[in-house]
Amino acid sequence: MSYLPYALAVWIFVVGLYGIITSRNLIHLVVCLTLTQSSTYVLLLAIGYVKGATAPVFADVSVGTRAVDPVVQALTLTDIVVSVTVAALLLALAIQVQKRNGTLDPDALTEMSG
Amino acid sequence: MDVLVPLPVAIPLISAAALTAFGHFLGKRVDDVVALAASTATMVVSLLLVFHASDHRLAYWFGGWRARHGLALGVSFTVDPVAAGFAALAATLMTASLVFSWRYFDEVGTLFHVLMLVFLAGMCGFALSGDLFNMFVWFELMGAAAYALTGYRVEERGPLQGAINFAVTNTLGAYCVLIGIALFYGRTGALNLAQIGDTLAGKKPDGLVVVAFALVTCGFLVKGAIVPFHFWLADAHAVAPTPVCVLFSGAMVELGLYGVARVYWTTLDGVPGAHSGRLTDLLLGLGVASAVVGAVMCFLQRHLKRLLAYSTISHAGLILIGIALLTPSAFAGSAAIVLAHGLLKGGLFLCVGIVLNRLSSVDELVLHGRGRALWPTGTLFVLAAVALAAPAPFGLFLGKSLLEESATHEGYPWLAPLVTVVTIVSVAAILRAAGRVFLGLGPRHDALLSPEPDEEQEVERDPRRSGVLMLAPTAALILAGVGLSLVPGLERHLEHAGDTFQDRHSYVATVLQGRIEHTAVDSLSMLKLAPASVVWSVISLGGAFALAAFALYRDRLVPERARRRAYGWTSGGLDVLRSVHSGVIGDYVAWLTFGVAALGGLLALILT
Amino acid sequence: MTRQLRLGLFGVSGVGLSALLLWAVAGLHAFGDYHERYGTLLKNVAVSERHTTNVVTSVVFDYRGFDTLGEEFILFASVVGVALLTRDARDERARPRDRLVSDPVGLIGLGLSGALLVIGLYVVAHGPLTPGGGFQGGVVLAGAIAVVYLAGDYRSYRALTPQPAVDFAEGFGAGGFAVVGIASMLLGSAYLHNFGPFGTPGTLASGGSIPMLNLATAIEVTAAFLLLFTEFLEELSVTRLETA
Repeated sequence: MSYLPYALAVWIFVVGLYGIITSRNLIHLVVCLTLTQSSTYVLLLAIGYVKGATAPVFADVSVGTRAVDPVVQALTLTDIVVSVTVAALLLALAIQVQKRNGTLDPDALTEMSG
Repeated sequence: MDVLVPLPVAIPLISAAALTAFGHFLGKRVDDVVALAASTATMVVSLLLVFHASDHRLAYWFGGWRARHGLALGVSFTVDPVAAGFAALAATLMTASLVFSWRYFDEVGTLFHVLMLVFLAGMCGFALSGDLFNMFVWFELMGAAAYALTGYRVEERGPLQGAINFAVTNTLGAYCVLIGIALFYGRTGALNLAQIGDTLAGKKPDGLVVVAFALVTCGFLVKGAIVPFHFWLADAHAVAPTPVCVLFSGAMVELGLYGVARVYWTTLDGVPGAHSGRLTDLLLGLGVASAVVGAVMCFLQRHLKRLLAYSTISHAGLILIGIALLTPSAFAGSAAIVLAHGLLKGGLFLCVGIVLNRLSSVDELVLHGRGRALWPTGTLFVLAAVALAAPAPFGLFLGKSLLEESATHEGYPWLAPLVTVVTIVSVAAILRAAGRVFLGLGPRHDALLSPEPDEEQEVERDPRRSGVLMLAPTAALILAGVGLSLVPGLERHLEHAGDTFQDRHSYVATVLQGRIEHTAVDSLSMLKLAPASVVWSVISLGGAFALAAFALYRDRLVPERARRRAYGWTSGGLDVLRSVHSGVIGDYVAWLTFGVAALGGLLALILT
Repeated sequence: MTRQLRLGLFGVSGVGLSALLLWAVAGLHAFGDYHERYGTLLKNVAVSERHTTNVVTSVVFDYRGFDTLGEEFILFASVVGVALLTRDARDERARPRDRLVSDPVGLIGLGLSGALLVIGLYVVAHGPLTPGGGFQGGVVLAGAIAVVYLAGDYRSYRALTPQPAVDFAEGFGAGGFAVVGIASMLLGSAYLHNFGPFGTPGTLASGGSIPMLNLATAIEVTAAFLLLFTEFLEELSVTRLETA
């Protein structure tokens, strides 16, 4: 059971990939991409977790109290920003695709073949 | 001198922010001037860093957080000649592109220049960084700017799809890197490359180390456009504006391969089994596959930018071969290829940009004979193609010969002829295109070439537009690429750079213990260039011209029945190859998954 | 490739990939058992070295501040990219022309906006002390202004977010972060070296240059999100008009 959170991260990652591959709608694809990213958050935060510990904020507890790892939290913060930015760019592209092609189906976007 | 280290990143970023903040209040030409000034300054600083780092590797700690008791607290930039060289290459290409695109992108105000500067900062940061998560951050910065720049021409369908394919595949690659980083952190508690390597050294690798390394490598190989992660490259190149393509092919793809090499030599190097011949075989296999697929697909294109893009994939394969051989001289060969190819390919794309601007098309068949008036461009185009065929001692010769010699030395004698054949095919494609476009040779129809939607004008055709501003950077890049091998002492410096790059103990000492290790350039074993290389280069050049001529005149040279039979044999395979490059994002991601799983599985078999 | 082939390829690869990943995570320490030196050291020294009680903030803005610089600019680049991708020859007449129809909703919106503004500023200012900081507070502040659109009408929202001002804020925020780094260099130390009076841990003025970086981040994030809202709203309104 102590490896379940990690397995969960793996599951989310693979499911996200499946979603991307079978997607029929670009917005759905972007959401699946975000989902795939969230697996990295789960993995990072699970790695840094300490049993029975509090947040690494020592405003009202003294330094030296059991706390979780602050580094992975900082990494996750950065990670979230990255995810937002990619989602924004892809959604902007999706809107334009809808305008030019009239469809959001990724399988119908075949201008680039060959 | 250490004060220069953060500048290749700080200068472009601050300039970009300033342009955004004050863009509304400034005059029209200011963004061109500011961007060009920032890019030139970055180029100068990077070149200074190359010279400074040749003497000893620099470890620069941001925030002043030096390593404490061998524990890296902060983020470091670890500057060796290769890293600084990459930053310099990126900045040089950026400067040339910005000169080329002077007043090109007026209609979008400062947006184009801001993104280009940010892109430059991302590339420099990625090259110079010594921290794995920091590399990821710059990797994503490169990506964010690149996706937007690719989709620049939003009025057309092609750029949108190209940008989406690019964005989704590269983002997934980045997520693979991130999972790898998380795994490395979970095992070693470190994000600094030196420290990760130090912690992993000497211990037999288990599942976690193998998979982490596989994931990080795959993520960077996506950027490096290696088969089967390469599908996005041609799509992105076909639609991105010309100055952007220069940077993609010239620096961005090569940085992906640099990432692979850097991570290998700092983290995996000390692990038992990492130097096995089987690992070399695996990476070699990927390199060879990319080189061959790239060359064949290159030959089948009539869209000039896609043609050049597949040629880039082919050269990326060659660079990976050099990295895979794991010796300093092979690495030096790869570095030489990166430099020469970057400059020459950049110049080739700028030539295509001129053609697009003057003739409104990039389709080889449509352009048949119409390029005769553009003879300066045509001359440069052919010159660059010839240089890519590595005629001794110009152009790609240094890199190619170092590669071939190392391969033979390491026990892969079949690599030299293979590299030559690949070179012949890809250069022949470029020469064929040059013959058709600039000289009007050959027929107007060619069943072999893929029908591709043509590209329209990038920008409004402006007759006042100075031809000099477009031609000058093109000529500069191509002549630099041609003459690169003639730089005195370049081979020694590249070998030295390769040695430094692969010396993990010295890397750890510099980064974690703050020791300054001076390395001398002279005391190196040097590979004498054997006559065999010259022979291969002659074969490459001659073969390329012969194949190009054959491609153009095969209707007249080969009787109809023989042609039909040959077509019958090959068309099946070629059609499969073409259909695999379907342009559909779902297919690309399926291949990516396959690639990661396969690479991971093979690495597991090799290392455990 | 047909969908069946693609699914087949993914089926095989996905199983392989999952197996590899599960094998990899099995090599990690058990969940809850983190004991590596990096995080442990930082937890123990951050408060005394940087006088911030929120160790995560000191990691984000000080120990690994250079990563945050890159991250700021990723957000910056994507917003500029979205502006580039959604630019059209947009007509002035195409602007959304909704009207404020319900007074109670408008009043609630006004109250909410004010409350969110205060909360946002609080979160930003207390970054070095308690969970929060520039990123989180910046998003709340952007939300405060977005509520004006939600509860009111588009014109009021645009009146609050004129393009030159928002662009300036974005550039100023991102550039400000980078410039603070340069300031450290001018003072003779490394880029982004924390300087300034460190104050007492637990008070608002603590952490040296961390509050400055925090503020720059907040400004940039607020401006970035407002720009994103504006671009997407304009884009969708044009689409609606075209399909109408």
